[in-house]
Amino acid sequence: MSIRIEQEKCVGCGQCTEVCPGSLIELNSTGKAYMRYPRDCWGCVSCVKECSFGAIEFFLGADIGGIGSKMHVEKKKSYMYWRITTPDGEVKTICIDTQKSNAY
Amino acid sequence: MKMKEPQLIHTDVLIIGGGTAGCYAALTLSSRSSLSVVIAEKANIRRSGCLAAGVNALNAYITKGHTPRFYADYVKKDADGIVRDDLVISMSEGLNRVTAVLEQLGLVILKDDKGEYVARGPRNIKINGENIKPLLAGAVEKASHVRILNHVTITDYIVRDNRILGAFGFSMRDGTVFEIRARTVLCAAGGAAGLYRPNHPGFSRHKMWYSPFNTGAGYAMGIRAGAEMTTFEMRFIALRCKDTIAPTGTIAQGVGARQINAAGEVYEQKYGLTTSQRVYGTVKENQDGRGPCYLQTEGITEKQDEELMKAYLNMAPSQTLKWIEAGVGPSRQNVEIEGTEPYIVGGHTASGYWVDTSRETTIHNLYAAGDVAGGCPQKYVTGALVEGEIAAQAIISRIEHEDNVELLTAEEETQLLRQKAAEYTERVSDTDSLFTVEQLEEAMQSVMDTYAGGIASQYRYNEKQLELAERRIRQIETLSDTVTVRDWHELMLLYELCERLTVCRVLIAHLQARKETRWHSFAENLDYPQKDEAWLKYVNSRMKDGSIHIIFRPLVKEGERYEHTN
Repeated sequence: MSIRIEQEKCVGCGQCTEVCPGSLIELNSTGKAYMRYPRDCWGCVSCVKECSFGAIEFFLGADIGGIGSKMHVEKKKSYMYWRITTPDGEVKTICIDTQKSNAY
Repeated sequence: MKMKEPQLIHTDVLIIGGGTAGCYAALTLSSRSSLSVVIAEKANIRRSGCLAAGVNALNAYITKGHTPRFYADYVKKDADGIVRDDLVISMSEGLNRVTAVLEQLGLVILKDDKGEYVARGPRNIKINGENIKPLLAGAVEKASHVRILNHVTITDYIVRDNRILGAFGFSMRDGTVFEIRARTVLCAAGGAAGLYRPNHPGFSRHKMWYSPFNTGAGYAMGIRAGAEMTTFEMRFIALRCKDTIAPTGTIAQGVGARQINAAGEVYEQKYGLTTSQRVYGTVKENQDGRGPCYLQTEGITEKQDEELMKAYLNMAPSQTLKWIEAGVGPSRQNVEIEGTEPYIVGGHTASGYWVDTSRETTIHNLYAAGDVAGGCPQKYVTGALVEGEIAAQAIISRIEHEDNVELLTAEEETQLLRQKAAEYTERVSDTDSLFTVEQLEEAMQSVMDTYAGGIASQYRYNEKQLELAERRIRQIETLSDTVTVRDWHELMLLYELCERLTVCRVLIAHLQARKETRWHSFAENLDYPQKDEAWLKYVNSRMKDGSIHIIFRPLVKEGERYEHTN
């Protein structure tokens, strides 16, 4: 269970390093965020939600059946747009209205 | 390695852990008193603790037409009698009060046309809980006379004459060593994950139900300081969606899905519907060759399918990702389920500190709330908040009514801080030790898995196996003394390993002590496979001079209260 940080998109703001509940993300010598302990990731996606630059993507490890889709979220007003890119490049979007309760 | 000037802090109240219970206690102390509060949190309170990813519903609520007693009866039945009625009822009475506060803080709760909360089941209500932790934390950040120390890990209590005087810790970011002296301490450090080998021991080893960052620090510090603990033998094993370890309740309650085996037979009625029986049934079906087991979702509507995808994004996004990767959602494919590795967690079962009704532990002025506090299962989020509130209120009246007895001189304080800083830095070295934290953690998990009822042994054990487990865990404990680390982050990981080993020892002693099988899977003793009414009592323990002593206590039944007498 882990994340991938795109170095080109990362601006080094450090918000992900602050918010990770396991303190697993650190800034490297060039000031960009990197995942120091990928095997210790819980998969809570706090960092994905915190990143305003869409630099962090979440994926499922192969050991739990992952096939390489990547997920990130864009926030606009009270909506969260979850974007999932499958290995063949297809992008699927699910929109969550944060002001609306779960149906279940 | 960097090391800053050690810091000595004085405060009225120290809260260890800024998770669910800790944050709510801080809010209560801030609004009802002028006491100074320090929260020491090993991550950042914004997303730390169990609520990091969000939560799918509030699962402890007194819905319309029901009473706190209705909730308490459910809790008692689920734990087959081994609960503290005084704790469960006082928790139940506060559930709706704290829910109202959550709504004021901005939590979205579904309401009907009349403005009443919509029930999801008899004891829970529907919410959007994705941002529940940032909401709580945001309020704490704004609260007056509350100081938050993020990224500070607490390692030991300071105790004299069975009275708490504060705690030691360090910043895993800059190496500042802290001695936090406090008139009262609230332990809200959470339960213990990572004791047993997890479902996926490789790359996704931390894809587990409970927070892998809750490592039993709260229990371990109390155990070493001689606090009495209760019911560690009631382990918690969650029934989860296979691989993603995402919740099953949302599907089971949301769309009424039943548990079925590979042949499509509904098996849940066969074994019973308590939390442990639901796990046990799934284990048995697999053992008897009728696995894999599923939640029967095939045939639900497209709309239901879509709503489940959204609900999971708000609390366990990996499950939604899994469905999308599979190319078929739950309406076209049943959801495979499995049991997790066992955890020790007082918010779900009754394991934890032995407390009185004010949530004070057997150490004077040390309180416990949330997953560290025993005797009161099925707290979930709201129950943990209530316990934070109860403990905070008790702390306010304790400080008001008790003179401050100073047991340490300024010189002693400085001396202690210097000693602790030396103790920390002693473990840091540029030369690698033969054994590492990771190796010993794997060794511990392997021992617990094989000999103390892990996944590999279908959660079962016998006395011979427990003896072996005890011996091996002690051996690993000895080896842990030789481990060196390279930086402050690794030092935190070393402390976490030692905390888990301490919890394992107490857990094994409790499993050995309860000579019956009251809860299938949670405590499945093959030498004593039956339930025995003689065991309607609590198994408690206390560590003295490094040895664990078992104490049996009579049940605190409906209408009774337990208060400390010493």
